[in-house]
Amino acid sequence: MSNSPAPTRTPEFEGRLRKRYASERRFRLAGLFAVLFSLAVLVFLLVTMGLNGAGGFQRVTVQVPVALGQSGLPTPPEGASSADVTRLLESQGLPQVVHSNAERALGADGAAQLSPDAWRAVAASVSKDPAQMLATPTFALPVASDLADAMRGAGHEELQPLARRLAAERKLDRQFDPGFLTRSDATDPQQVGIWGALKGSMLTMAVTLLLAFPTGVLAALYLEEFAKRNRWTDLIEVSINNLAAVPSIIFGLLGLGVFLAIFPNWRSAPLVGGMTLALMTMPVIVISGRNAIKAVPPSIRDGAMALGASPIQVVFHHVLPLALPGIMTGTIIGMARALGETAPLLMIGMRAFVATPPGGFTDPATVLPVQIFLWSDEIDRGFVERTSAAIIVLLLFLLVMNGVAIYLRNRFERRW
Amino acid sequence: MTNAVSPPDPKMRAREVSVFYGAKKAVDNVSVDIPSEYVTAFIGPSGCGKSTFLRALNRMNDTIASARVEGCIELDGEDIYRSNMDVVQLRARVGMVFQKPNPFPKSIYENVAYGPRIHGLAPAKPDLDAMVEKSLRRAGLWDEVKDRLADSGTTLSGGQQQRLCIARAIAVDPEVILMDEPCSALDPIATAKIEELIDELRGRYALVIVTHSMQQAARVSQRTAFFHLGHLVEYGETSQIFTNPREERTKDYITGRYG
Repeated sequence: MSNSPAPTRTPEFEGRLRKRYASERRFRLAGLFAVLFSLAVLVFLLVTMGLNGAGGFQRVTVQVPVALGQSGLPTPPEGASSADVTRLLESQGLPQVVHSNAERALGADGAAQLSPDAWRAVAASVSKDPAQMLATPTFALPVASDLADAMRGAGHEELQPLARRLAAERKLDRQFDPGFLTRSDATDPQQVGIWGALKGSMLTMAVTLLLAFPTGVLAALYLEEFAKRNRWTDLIEVSINNLAAVPSIIFGLLGLGVFLAIFPNWRSAPLVGGMTLALMTMPVIVISGRNAIKAVPPSIRDGAMALGASPIQVVFHHVLPLALPGIMTGTIIGMARALGETAPLLMIGMRAFVATPPGGFTDPATVLPVQIFLWSDEIDRGFVERTSAAIIVLLLFLLVMNGVAIYLRNRFERRW
Repeated sequence: MTNAVSPPDPKMRAREVSVFYGAKKAVDNVSVDIPSEYVTAFIGPSGCGKSTFLRALNRMNDTIASARVEGCIELDGEDIYRSNMDVVQLRARVGMVFQKPNPFPKSIYENVAYGPRIHGLAPAKPDLDAMVEKSLRRAGLWDEVKDRLADSGTTLSGGQQQRLCIARAIAVDPEVILMDEPCSALDPIATAKIEELIDELRGRYALVIVTHSMQQAARVSQRTAFFHLGHLVEYGETSQIFTNPREERTKDYITGRYG
């Protein structure tokens, strides 16, 4: 017996051991590769979006000195709202004044390529600083999208010489366009803005969160803590799990068939959009909530109950606070999905062309992903960059929303 | 069944109690009197039903959907399983300490203050502070934690956590404290401290302790009940059970023949 080595010290054993280590190394490498691959995809996505989208935050402008002091236009009264100023100056002929000044500065062919809404930029500037009415300030005015295309080397052939001439005179230029974040949808890519869709998304998400979070948490708590297990609760559980897997367009049909049938005047409204998305988000919150509640150790429940806590006290003092981080994780996932959702909103009319930002929950609106979808469909070349810029805004919104949720979650975890 | 010792005025009285988990009978026809001035120990091998019976005494079995209790358990002559019994009040009167220390993931102060707070026993903050200090002192934990009351209860060592759970239980001033193998997760030094504590609490509360360890039962209890396979085999004074058991099965268990 003593001359035969122990079974764990034979060469065969050591061979098998080497094989085990080798397979472990292979597995680790595969995992590392998977992580690197997903990182590469993410970086590629962000870099392309960033490069394309950077141009979307700019627009093509021409430098035009406008002799407001000699135009004979009245100086708007102190403290008038910008809408009033715009209306007053339009009725007094500001568009014509701007056009004639542009003809003088750029020539007739150049003035013809000025955006028809260029005078609004002048009016907006004047309403901020009425003193300009007495001088000859130079404005950076947006050009029509045809000339903007020509500056990129695309679009109509015959506009290219004009674009080259104005660029050589240092009058034509691409400039950062802060108005992109404050304007709404338009037919001209030089004039579009994202604010309308962004505000629509915010309103819609607010409705979704207010409906889905309390409903989802209460449903999860009831099913997990209070409901007796029988055929009916099994049925409800299966239904909720199925609901989470239903394609989103079906929820859109439901919104169309039910919500719009009940509230026909709220077509395209964030309220109906939020209600539809809440139906979609709620099952996700219920499922993640139930799992988080299940994960609370029973010993904590026993401890509280043995002190004479009532079932409601056990739930609200112990179970819910411990489960909340998990519930919030599910909520973040559900809300992120709802924010990016397009299909159900198309069904309830949120794909309408909405040129003014919604004033409230019942005004017609669109949301960011639908806006992106609409712009990506446009023929005009200027919309390509605007689409990328809108995607960046959507991603930033998502980032901010998730950041706030994760911050809240961590704060809550620390209190315990 | 031997039911030798019946003190004149038992705190709790169980008569012909059977507990079922679904169709399985975990406790079979047990009758025991719990005296208020003594420590009563339940001993027996694993799966003998002693913990199940203990949990029947403050209706903690209610949380298990399949559990069902038959027979009669009285606290001060009131049937605790009657339909209009208030379970919340019952558990405030009959506290419990569990096998594994289970402090709430809150501060040490909050752990002890929780019971008085939910029952509204201390309306003002100074009262509550005094109550927390008194409970921690009684549990022999005050000197160790008085400077770190705001720390989480889960940062304490296992033995300290268990004493925190005992402090938490006595903060509501219960009449009976049930302890379900309170030392089985602790090392010998922590166990000795808990046993010392049980000795100090005797007389103030009716104490019932379930234990695996016969030495522990012999050390801390005055009454011992021996359970086997769901039956109460023998119940009597601890000294008599350990020195002169009436039943053959008790003798075999005490002398280590099985269990």
